[in-house]
Amino acid sequence: MNETNTKNAGLSIRLENLTKIFTDKRGNETLAVDSLSVVIPPGQLVSLLGPSGCGKSTTLYMIAGLLRPTAGKIYFGDNDVTRVSPDKRGIGLVFQNYALYPHMTVRQNILFPLENMKIHRDEALRLVNEMAELVGISDQLDKKPAELSGGQQQRVAIARALVKKPDVLLLDEPLSNLDARLRLQMREEIKRIQRETGITTIFVTHDQEEAMSISDLMIVLDLGREQQMDTPQEIYNSPKNLFVARFLGSPPVNTTTAEVINKEIRINGLVLDKTNVKDGKYNIGIRPEDFRIVENGVFNFKPEEVEIEVIGRDTMIRFDFGGSQVRAIVDSDSIKGKEKLSIGVKKGKVLLFDTETGRVAV
Amino acid sequence: MMQKRQTRFRVKLASARWQVRNFMQVIGEGIKKGLSKIGLGFLFKLPPFTRAMIYLSPALIVLGIFTFYPIFNSFFISFLSQYNIYTGEIAGYTLFDNYLQVLSHRDFYQAVINTAVIAFISVPITIVLSLAISVALAAIKPLKGLFQTVYFLPYVTNSIALGLVFAYMFSGNIHTMHTQVSLANAIMKWLGFGPIPWLGIGTIYWYAMSVILLYTIWNGLAFKIIVFLTGIQSIDKQYYQAAQIDGASKYKTFRRVTVPLISPMIFYILITSLIGAFKTYSSVVAIVGVTGRITSGSTGFIDMRTIVFYVYSFLENPGQPGNMSLAAAASIILFVIILFFTVIQLQVGKRRVHY
Repeated sequence: MNETNTKNAGLSIRLENLTKIFTDKRGNETLAVDSLSVVIPPGQLVSLLGPSGCGKSTTLYMIAGLLRPTAGKIYFGDNDVTRVSPDKRGIGLVFQNYALYPHMTVRQNILFPLENMKIHRDEALRLVNEMAELVGISDQLDKKPAELSGGQQQRVAIARALVKKPDVLLLDEPLSNLDARLRLQMREEIKRIQRETGITTIFVTHDQEEAMSISDLMIVLDLGREQQMDTPQEIYNSPKNLFVARFLGSPPVNTTTAEVINKEIRINGLVLDKTNVKDGKYNIGIRPEDFRIVENGVFNFKPEEVEIEVIGRDTMIRFDFGGSQVRAIVDSDSIKGKEKLSIGVKKGKVLLFDTETGRVAV
Repeated sequence: MMQKRQTRFRVKLASARWQVRNFMQVIGEGIKKGLSKIGLGFLFKLPPFTRAMIYLSPALIVLGIFTFYPIFNSFFISFLSQYNIYTGEIAGYTLFDNYLQVLSHRDFYQAVINTAVIAFISVPITIVLSLAISVALAAIKPLKGLFQTVYFLPYVTNSIALGLVFAYMFSGNIHTMHTQVSLANAIMKWLGFGPIPWLGIGTIYWYAMSVILLYTIWNGLAFKIIVFLTGIQSIDKQYYQAAQIDGASKYKTFRRVTVPLISPMIFYILITSLIGAFKTYSSVVAIVGVTGRITSGSTGFIDMRTIVFYVYSFLENPGQPGNMSLAAAASIILFVIILFFTVIQLQVGKRRVHY
């Protein structure tokens, strides 16, 4: 907190059996976060990813101290901060709609957190300028938030969150109010600011693409529980369960049921791939890009039997199989002039999940 | 179970609203047909502005007769000399006579002082108090509805009736106050003070004024609390969460976040209640009585009349030639005073209010 340089050593965050139950007026209980235990390593940008109502924002607000956990503990480094008030936790929080004070100028907004600290005014103003420079709004300091674009407001919100030199930066769906182009730009900006400051950052989002592109690590949540925590690529390639497989990827993974007989994955007698799991029924997932056009593949169609959408370099082929629609993305060149489409599955790319637990089958 | 019932109720409400809408549409078409039948169908072919004017005309006519005409007429009357309201006779026209006569009247000065005291003491106190109460009400969850009702009750109650109750609570004079202890004096006694002849013989100006002020403040709270509470509740909670993370104290959050964010409402309340305070009349009638004066031992009487009260006292004897012109002149002076303070507020507001 007292460091004067921009670079921060970072702090690890540990959640232990963190649980939050909301009780409404009528006494109905909602389990928002269900004994969540994760360790967030120092200096990393970590995404909390999940669908609406999965408990990701609740988790963030508990880390911020704005919500009191029903059970469990929160550690910053070695310190138990579960009962520490938000202003003493050394956090900066960027709200979904920024919560910039509309009646204050940008400078006053960024200065506001410092007003409540014992700090010399000149030093405070210097910090404000430093932050404005970091986020790239030095020329906007005398404007009111309403005069700024969404992206600029976002930058001000980040500057206000960082000006106290917090140990942890928390971002609650920070890009959801921006248009598509700005979103891409701010995504890179947040990544850059995080790299420059080295601050441990938690980023809440429901947008899997956003999370994959920005994070060092992702925590996928559903129903208040951790589903998987790993690097984005690892989660994408080896989802732990069907939920994670379905949640990541656009277009989404194709799912159906298959049987494993004699180490062969079979659907309706067609052999998709070989495997080492024991025989039985499984839910399977195949990502659209894991199909390819081959000479003698599993699925054979005439071109008019399927729907073909050429999207530049890639071509999406949609066909019905086993009562469900399957999307396959293949190289556009590979289907040129073919009278017969033969679609195969890349080796080792079929994801197998236990039909009962939904967990990955090994 | 409860929730289910509520959703069902909501669905019913929505469908009822839809039916009302359909009904209104049928009526609208009926009116259109009816008007066309009697040859008024051209109304629907008129340009929108003309049509709007026709629709607005009933209200404009009523306003014209009962608001605009009296305003201009009283302005006109104030320039008449020895005007007799019954015969319409005048002795001629004058520019300043009536105004000078009002301004040289001692009673008018006392009325201006009384009005100013009420306006400049009660308005700031009411606003500060109602802000504090609104913040407190916004902060509590249980019994909120009950408290809101309690604070709003004076607003829906007749002010004369309330004033009479006040007058009763502060009753008694220098002779009777020891034997017939009023509620106010009972409280004074409990606090360790002697009884006070608030509104009766033997009182002094500030005793009587404090009762009027207390009444005005209390009576003004209700509406302001409703306005401020609505304002505070419409403030995004994230501002408070942000302030909490930034380590701002409760007081600082109030001063730097709440007040600026509801400043348009505070400003609106400030202007309307100052105007209202300058027009104070009924509360003085109810508390002090129809003469507006309290007979007091040695000095004769204490005059508690406000400017509006002063204007009305001319109407006790409307037949007296010239009285109506004096009343008109006094009310125009009141208008100028109100205009002056409102313009000042608007100027200050430009810099201080954040829309």
